Amino acid sequence: MSKTLYDKIWDDHLVHKDNDGTALLYVDRHLVHEVTSPQAFEGLRIQGRKVRKPKLTLAVPDHNVPTTDRSKGISDKQSKIQVDTLRNNCKEFGINLFDVNDKRQGIVHIIGPEQGFTQPGTVIVCGDSHTATHGAFGSLAFGIGTSEVEHVLATQTLIQKKSKNFRVNVNGSLPAGVTSKDVILKIIGTIGTAGGTGYVIEFAGEVIRNLSVEQRMTICNMTIEAGARAGLIAPDDKTIEYFKDRPMSPKGENWTKAVAHWKKLFSDSDAKFDKEVNIDAKDIEPLVTWGTSPQDVCPITGEVPDPEKEKDKDRRTAMYRSLEYMGLKPKMKISDIKVDKIFIGSCTNGRIEDLRLAAKLLKGKKIASDVSAMVVPGSGLVKKQAEEEGIDKVFKNAGFEWREPGCSMCLGMNEDQLSSKERCASTSNRNFEGRQGRGGRTHLVSPGMAVAAAIKGYLSDVREIN
Amino acid sequence: MEKFIKLKSIPAHIPLMNIDTDMIIPKQFLKTIKRTGLGKSLFYEMRYDESGKLIDKFILNNDPYSKSKILLAGKNFGCGSSREHAPWALLDFGIRCVISPSFADIFFNNCFNNGILPIIIDEKSIQELSEYSKRKEEIEVDLNEQVILYGNKKMTFDIEPAKKKRLLEGLDNIGLSLKKIPNIEKFENSMSKTKPWI
Repeated sequence: MSKTLYDKIWDDHLVHKDNDGTALLYVDRHLVHEVTSPQAFEGLRIQGRKVRKPKLTLAVPDHNVPTTDRSKGISDKQSKIQVDTLRNNCKEFGINLFDVNDKRQGIVHIIGPEQGFTQPGTVIVCGDSHTATHGAFGSLAFGIGTSEVEHVLATQTLIQKKSKNFRVNVNGSLPAGVTSKDVILKIIGTIGTAGGTGYVIEFAGEVIRNLSVEQRMTICNMTIEAGARAGLIAPDDKTIEYFKDRPMSPKGENWTKAVAHWKKLFSDSDAKFDKEVNIDAKDIEPLVTWGTSPQDVCPITGEVPDPEKEKDKDRRTAMYRSLEYMGLKPKMKISDIKVDKIFIGSCTNGRIEDLRLAAKLLKGKKIASDVSAMVVPGSGLVKKQAEEEGIDKVFKNAGFEWREPGCSMCLGMNEDQLSSKERCASTSNRNFEGRQGRGGRTHLVSPGMAVAAAIKGYLSDVREIN
Repeated sequence: MEKFIKLKSIPAHIPLMNIDTDMIIPKQFLKTIKRTGLGKSLFYEMRYDESGKLIDKFILNNDPYSKSKILLAGKNFGCGSSREHAPWALLDFGIRCVISPSFADIFFNNCFNNGILPIIIDEKSIQELSEYSKRKEEIEVDLNEQVILYGNKKMTFDIEPAKKKRLLEGLDNIGLSLKKIPNIEKFENSMSKTKPWI
């Protein structure tokens, strides 16, 4: 019987299936961070349970860590307790930890692939919704709650119900200035934030095939913003090349065996999808979000929408609420929106290719005088690579702050936050009310668009830079 | 985990769609290493102004809704982050049942791990129950019968049998899965041969 990529990975990890379809699924890779794990380890201790396979879990503090100099430790008491707790838990249960001052430390979804811990065809989970990122390598990866983290630690499995198959085909080729961030924003804008609920989405089509693996990560990363359980992209030669010689990648004979397995990871040509959406790349422009939901997207050349034109009453109410929160008026030009802050980073856009693209556009220019801007590399190794390439100097010379790696202002758990009514062009993934700081106003954009906004001081068209 | 059998309460209605987990419990409260104590911070930015004072017009700040055990909400409730702090905060506040036209996937699963019943019913039915919220009349949720009783009427709801059983019996998932260790071992042994690189 023909199968989708999701069907294949699912079947390959089925430990047990109950009559009602509830399955016990094996977890190959488990990522752990400081915020969603303390209660899970505590649960194990209370019940006297052990971690079944400590080697299949990798831990790193990322959400709570300061991005300024941290050689003297973490000053925020509660954050320090969480990071210390992670360290103690890893020691007690024998789990590999990249600690705060380890050069490999970084955002959990960036270091997993970077180390080769993430691998095609695996089931990967983490107590973080952006675990979907790893789907870019053809792994079934999704976020879980803390009770489930505890379940994985104790059993190396998860209780799951199979999702339905959804394929999004992005056809054609991307116009100039349009990146994978715009592609995923377009997809979310098209299907809505609940459009993927109950599904695993496979991204396919010429555009996806032509993206680099890092660009694909941006797409899968935001699959959760469309409500899907996971996003998937079939591995190809680029994927295999990416994993070659990574520290935790298979070696020698195992590498040959692994590659042979990875090459079988694709949806059969006659596989059946429960839902399918086609998007033509030529219809995608550089996008920004205007509201407080990732589906509130608009081309940079467009206007803030008028809620009066919305037929659905609930949606209209939500739009008015968003506009009030965002301090925007219907029908104003997007390019007339003035910004205060710029944030480049996060598991969505904090990788070396993102920084290279941004630096290329920024080179020799300055940020607007009334804007403050920061770059937070996704990991210590991304930071190091960027510094070797002189990218840090480009940012610093332009007026950006060059920070230490972590989640930072994507969710503002550390000091990196917006003040009330401050407006930010951000390469992160969520524009929810209060996400980047109480009252803070977030516009989601690609790294190129963030640079354009930094230079002009207004949301601006990346195609007009250079 | 506390069993969920029947629940009677005046429901509180927050008629917003896409209530995300950042709204339910903002980031500054995720620094805890405990599961308890989050109730006072539930819907923090809707409940308290910037000086920390209660906002009078927010429904959960007013009696009898400050004691509601049942929450009615717009579609796609619980979207966003996987933080289990969201159901912990609801539970700590006293809410054990959320009724919405749809839920985000991770939040939905998290509910069942905390003895919270998420019920999916259509918008029209939510509006009907909302009248009881306005009139400050109790409604009753009976999980075993899969019905919501309101006034002298009732409506039914669907739930997966396995999830229903877990709530009714307050079962510990990990304990249940640990009984399947022989299956897990068998799987691991086979995997070590077919996929030795894992």
